[in-house]
Amino acid sequence: MSFALETAAQLQGLRRVAIDPITRVEGHGKVTLLLDAEHRVQQARLHIVEFRGFEKFIEGRPYWEVPVMVQRLCGICPVSHHLAASKAMDRVVGVRQMTPSAVKLRRLMHYGQMLQSHALHFFHLSSADLLFGFDSEVSRRNIFGVIDAYPEIAKQGVALRKFGQEVIRATAGKRVHGTGSVPGGMNKHLSPADRELLQRDAAQMTLWAHGAVGIAKRLHASNPTLYDGFGAFRSNMLSLVRADGAMDLYDGSIRVRDAAGAVIVDGVADQDYLELIEEEVKPWTYMKFPYLKRLGAEAGWYRVGPLARVQNCDFIPSPLAEAERSEFIDWGQGEPVHASLAYHWARMIEMLHAAEVIATLLDDPDLLDGDLMAGGMRRSEGIGVIEAPRGTLIHHYRVADNDLVTMCNLIVSTTHNNQAMNEAVRSVAREYLDGKELTEGLLNHIEVAIRAYDPCLSCATHALGQMPLEVTLLGADGSVLDHMQRSPASR
Amino acid sequence: VTAPLLVFGWGNPSRGDDALGPLFVARLRDALGPEDAARVEFLEDFQLQIEHALDLVGREQVLFVDASIDGPRPFEASTLEAAADTGFSTHALAPQAVLHVFRTLHGRSAPPCTLLAIRGESFGLGEPLGAEAGRHLEQALAWGRRWIETH
Repeated sequence: MSFALETAAQLQGLRRVAIDPITRVEGHGKVTLLLDAEHRVQQARLHIVEFRGFEKFIEGRPYWEVPVMVQRLCGICPVSHHLAASKAMDRVVGVRQMTPSAVKLRRLMHYGQMLQSHALHFFHLSSADLLFGFDSEVSRRNIFGVIDAYPEIAKQGVALRKFGQEVIRATAGKRVHGTGSVPGGMNKHLSPADRELLQRDAAQMTLWAHGAVGIAKRLHASNPTLYDGFGAFRSNMLSLVRADGAMDLYDGSIRVRDAAGAVIVDGVADQDYLELIEEEVKPWTYMKFPYLKRLGAEAGWYRVGPLARVQNCDFIPSPLAEAERSEFIDWGQGEPVHASLAYHWARMIEMLHAAEVIATLLDDPDLLDGDLMAGGMRRSEGIGVIEAPRGTLIHHYRVADNDLVTMCNLIVSTTHNNQAMNEAVRSVAREYLDGKELTEGLLNHIEVAIRAYDPCLSCATHALGQMPLEVTLLGADGSVLDHMQRSPASR
Repeated sequence: VTAPLLVFGWGNPSRGDDALGPLFVARLRDALGPEDAARVEFLEDFQLQIEHALDLVGREQVLFVDASIDGPRPFEASTLEAAADTGFSTHALAPQAVLHVFRTLHGRSAPPCTLLAIRGESFGLGEPLGAEAGRHLEQALAWGRRWIETH
């Protein structure tokens, strides 16, 4: 696990190529490539160019506002932020054990979120690359092209996302930016009418989600060389798992496997994440680089998200998804699957799992009745960790006696995957671009690699006060007249 | 049972007069009597997306409501026709594109759809609804009540 191609040995005489903006991802980022006269790639970087400062916005706000406020971080997975903040604030209000109804309602909301986000990513953002080819005609390489060419697949994808959004609406009150979860519990039950509405479609959604796993699987089988090799590199993998080793997307302890699949960290309580993880700042991007403290930045970076979760757990606690997980594991023939494109396959297995969990939960009477709120002794600090669609999401707050937040630290999924996405960019640059005349189709290969991680670039750039600041004064002829840089210390 | 009428307003409530669509939906919903409430569904969102094509399934009439930047004051109502989206983003669709998605997915035309474009004047981040836009909203609501009565 090296950092080759992160920084060119010398910049003089290199040609700069920028992919700006990266398309079909959430948020704004760009990739820069530095090429020499023979078109050999000397440097490749994924930059995050927008900046949001959310951690500072939160400071000074009452703690009970936070679960609603943090949803503005993202229009795609607001529920993940809603629930991670709620879990952190549960601790602040002293709740260690939620009521059964509240936990089940939150789980229902979360798995609805997982389903809608995974459907969005696979069908809306990535399927065009996978179905038409990475360098296919650019005008139809989008969801509308898929709708025209594969209306039945598109219809299922659109319906799956809509169903997930309806689960969110029914539990949170709105499809986007709802308010169902509050510190200590939930503020409403599922209505019988909404349960009936969702139950009517649940079996069909499970069937279609299963079909989506089949699509991903067939794509791999149709071209193993491409799917196993494209953007492939070895890395550690981190995720939450349940106490018995099961996949659990709402709660659990932290497990890390190394590149060979051996468990190197297990059972670390979410409240102890700071013992495990440190973040490094680099001067050329707004997104930080987390790594495992004990291994250091060079060897300790890791991947999160579907690829990590499906392989970190010992089993998936729903029958159809577990059967698919077994097949996925078998694909690696005794080794972990490290291919970036395998994220899509793993993501569809999770979407199937989410559909199964939703169908099962909907039969639970606790969703309609029972206590919603728990209480306890007020505390001054809370940490909430959840598996968001893109990977592990950490919310950490300190709250003063006057109920105002004094500290907020967020480590979002895309930030965890920062080094991995850069590595994927470099792997593809080496394999497909090195020494060639660049075309739009070739450059799309870089975007395909980034898209596999389903990055949410807007919610990954939220810290304020620790960002590097670089100012370059250029003369009219482009020469550098002056240059200043503030390089913050790593966290 | 799917309500035969759908009123769908969209916009960002935190951007001044862009709130006209969601406000229209909230105000009209509150003004309806119980006999109309059963046959009208109200939806609102920040922007139109592909999934909203599925909200049109089973409707007899659909009213889309948005704030307009440069349309006639106080509002303009027009019939919508399906049209492929030529924009650069799938994050936010035009209502015509939602109808196009419906037709492609279902192999038939969407139900009759009307666009009510209420003229806004100022769309600054964090601004409340402006006074002039508020007057436009009142006139549009009167039109909206008649639309429901006649369908």
